[in-house]
Amino acid sequence: MTMLLVVLALAVGTYATRIAGVLLHDRLVLPERLRHLLPIAATTLLAALVATAVFTEAGRLSVGVARPLGVLVGAVLAWRKAPFVVVVVAAAVSAALLRLAGLP
Amino acid sequence: MRQANGRDAVLWRDAAAIGAATGVIGLSFGAIAVASGLPAWVPASMSVLVFAGGSQFLAVALMTGSPIAAVAGGVLINARHLPFGLAVGPAIGRSKPARFAGAHLVIDESTAFALAERHPERRARAFWAVGLTIFVTWNVGTLIGIALGGAVSDPAVYGLDAAFPAGLLALLLPSLRDRATRAAAIAGSLLAVATTPLLPAGLPVLAALLGVGAALLLPTPSARAAGAPADAVRVVGPEPAAHQDGAAALDTQAPRGSR
Repeated sequence: MTMLLVVLALAVGTYATRIAGVLLHDRLVLPERLRHLLPIAATTLLAALVATAVFTEAGRLSVGVARPLGVLVGAVLAWRKAPFVVVVVAAAVSAALLRLAGLP
Repeated sequence: MRQANGRDAVLWRDAAAIGAATGVIGLSFGAIAVASGLPAWVPASMSVLVFAGGSQFLAVALMTGSPIAAVAGGVLINARHLPFGLAVGPAIGRSKPARFAGAHLVIDESTAFALAERHPERRARAFWAVGLTIFVTWNVGTLIGIALGGAVSDPAVYGLDAAFPAGLLALLLPSLRDRATRAAAIAGSLLAVATTPLLPAGLPVLAALLGVGAALLLPTPSARAAGAPADAVRVVGPEPAAHQDGAAALDTQAPRGSR
């Protein structure tokens, strides 16, 4: 019973934040200066997700090097305009190989 | 026509790549959930109804010990979807059914793919293609993970923990050419990493929104679009000297005016 309530409450809470953003977009009358900040805010949140995924783990700063180096390989390839698939696969393979070589 | 078809093929190929990676993470989610003793319907229903990876892992970990923290923490982690919806809202569609269905597909990857496109129609295609692909792979992955149970190993072994940030970063790179966006993203990322040991899960990423303040210190796009070089705007503009220093310090990564 508790588990069902947790699943439902999390589902409702999550959907509420999603639909609120989508519907608010039209209702919200923003001056141009603020409106152009919306994509900047979304990009900033995504960049922060990337940074925390690379440099932290379970609420702590991560000491591993395999993951940051793998992401670096992917980032350089992306900067050199490599296809998205190549970026993702190269990052994963690099990190996996570095771990295979014994790096944390 | 041919070119449009080619771009669609690339979009679906990229969606398949991020979808496959997400599927494997979903697999580990399903496996971890049943291995921790939860009944199969919990991870299965979560992947359909919640459809947000980070909050699902957190909720599964806290489910039996502290159910209230499971909900509160999960909703906090997902609070970023509100600004995501604000940013990609028009890409989802005009009709009511499209909006109410599309809102459920507002996730990190669909937002990043949509924002990487400039043209509104391409933006909508990217949002739906990636959102739907990942909805399918995430749920199929979860079900396979439930079936396999404890037999699944850590996805980090395959380097998937590096695949995700690398993919997201690749999608963000075009936006980061804009100086104001880059300043906000760098400031926000530093804030998020620095506050991770101090704040509960979910809050550090939200704290990154304070980094948007860095974008406010830079000239507006309209000022630059008017054809004035950024330097001229800064020199003749009424900006205080302190702002100039801050802006100059953040502008170290790309040649001025490259967009």
